[in-house]
Amino acid sequence: MVVPFLYLFATSFKPQLYLFEIPPQFIPKHPTLSNYTAAWTSNSFGHYFANSVFVSIVSTGLAVILAAMMAYAFARFNFRGQNIMFWMLLIGLMVPGMMLLIPQYLLANQLHLIDSLIGLIVFYVATNLAFNTFLLRGFFEEIPWELEEAMIMDGAGPFRRFFKLILPLSRPALATVSIFTFLAAWDEYVWALTIINDPSKRTLPIAISIFQGQHLTNWGLVFAASTITIVPVIVVFAIFQKQFVRGLTADALKG
Amino acid sequence: MILFPMARALQISFYNWGVFPGSTTTFVGLHQYVREYHDPVFWRALENSIFYTIFTVPFQIIFGLAVALLLVRKIPGRGLFRALFYIPVVTSWVVVSLLFKFLFSTDSGFVNWLLHSLHLSSHNIGWLDTRWPSMITIGVLGIWKGVGWSMLIFLAALMGVPETLTEAAAIDGAGPWRTFISVTLPSIRLTLSFVTIMLVIGSLNVFTSAYIMTGGGPQQQTEVVLSYMYHQAFNFLDFGYGSALAFTLTLFVFAISFVQMRLFRGGVSRVIR
Repeated sequence: MVVPFLYLFATSFKPQLYLFEIPPQFIPKHPTLSNYTAAWTSNSFGHYFANSVFVSIVSTGLAVILAAMMAYAFARFNFRGQNIMFWMLLIGLMVPGMMLLIPQYLLANQLHLIDSLIGLIVFYVATNLAFNTFLLRGFFEEIPWELEEAMIMDGAGPFRRFFKLILPLSRPALATVSIFTFLAAWDEYVWALTIINDPSKRTLPIAISIFQGQHLTNWGLVFAASTITIVPVIVVFAIFQKQFVRGLTADALKG
Repeated sequence: MILFPMARALQISFYNWGVFPGSTTTFVGLHQYVREYHDPVFWRALENSIFYTIFTVPFQIIFGLAVALLLVRKIPGRGLFRALFYIPVVTSWVVVSLLFKFLFSTDSGFVNWLLHSLHLSSHNIGWLDTRWPSMITIGVLGIWKGVGWSMLIFLAALMGVPETLTEAAAIDGAGPWRTFISVTLPSIRLTLSFVTIMLVIGSLNVFTSAYIMTGGGPQQQTEVVLSYMYHQAFNFLDFGYGSALAFTLTLFVFAISFVQMRLFRGGVSRVIR
């Protein structure tokens, strides 16, 4: 499973001359950091990295807080059209994003969101909202109503109950949806490819794919940039692995 | 929220859409769908997407389930193994597509070197030069990247199978294979159908790997439905035809999912009886 990654990692430290050695070397004979310095500085991957960090973090924050509020409304309040709205969310889960690429593009065009990081954020929040709401609603409903009743006795309104009780109790579920949203935004390719033309607005996935297209044989550089892209993912995943699996199996409240 | 863009996609597919300011948009009715019907590239793309689905889904299920069965036991280092299988899932499609393009390159690619040194092939195979080898390569990438996902879902389901059930089967003298067929498999039936439906939807929507590894080439031989849609819409700016392609695939995916749900429900009631 990891052999391809080891090869990627090894190649990222190889000078151009030794890329296609036969037999392939997993430990480079002439290791060099030049691919990394070249990627980070002269090929502006530092800048693309910053774009990716900004877009992913803002999208995650917005998508999680908005989804939590929606999920709380669905879990605890009765309002008109509640079921219809929830069903529409579920349908949204089933329609694959790429089907809607063309209408979304036209919409973004009307809203002047082409070639802007805000345009990426708006659509990353929108595409992750349905799943996050769905997962959080299930979790919120498991929280005993008696706890909220006790707070109502003390005169707490819905906002206070949401921020002081529901959110702190839901940390594992919030961690799960945060990781999902962050990864989805960090790895997203199609939408960014479609609306970003300005080179200074590129995120890491499009920067890498365009870079490979332009420098067909410079795999050392491509894989140095790829390593820069996947290291944060592996770090985030390693830190939250336990929470992540627990949040998914939904027995987090018991733990 | 979701219905609006869907309706809009359908609407666009009835037009010859003018993208540039000043160009005209004309209503053409079902013309785009007729065009699709007579378009050999569309049918080949659909064939490729279906091939990808039939090739990758069974392997993802079998490997995912096998690994989950191994890692559900309390063996040393299982947390590490779970993470190792899951890393490809969380890695960007762009990175792994480029990585596999490199591993499968014709001259001095890692895979050809491996086949050569194992004496399985005497010449260098041009994996990404012709249609079927390319589709197989794209499929291998899909399986490698997807196994961790089905493993994780199966793991969660297997942890929910009561140990008393498997123990009872063991006391009745059932071997591991028999226990698996008669106890474990029926208990995770719902998860199995969920995973199958989700994987089929995902596979019919294959895009990034094909787009990056072959770009649909050579001569549109390896185009899948969505890469063809993307080329039509954003390279040729033919939004009407692109929308028709996208909408056709959506209907196809819905129909397949519906049939599967019916099939699995039949399976469920048979087991209960």
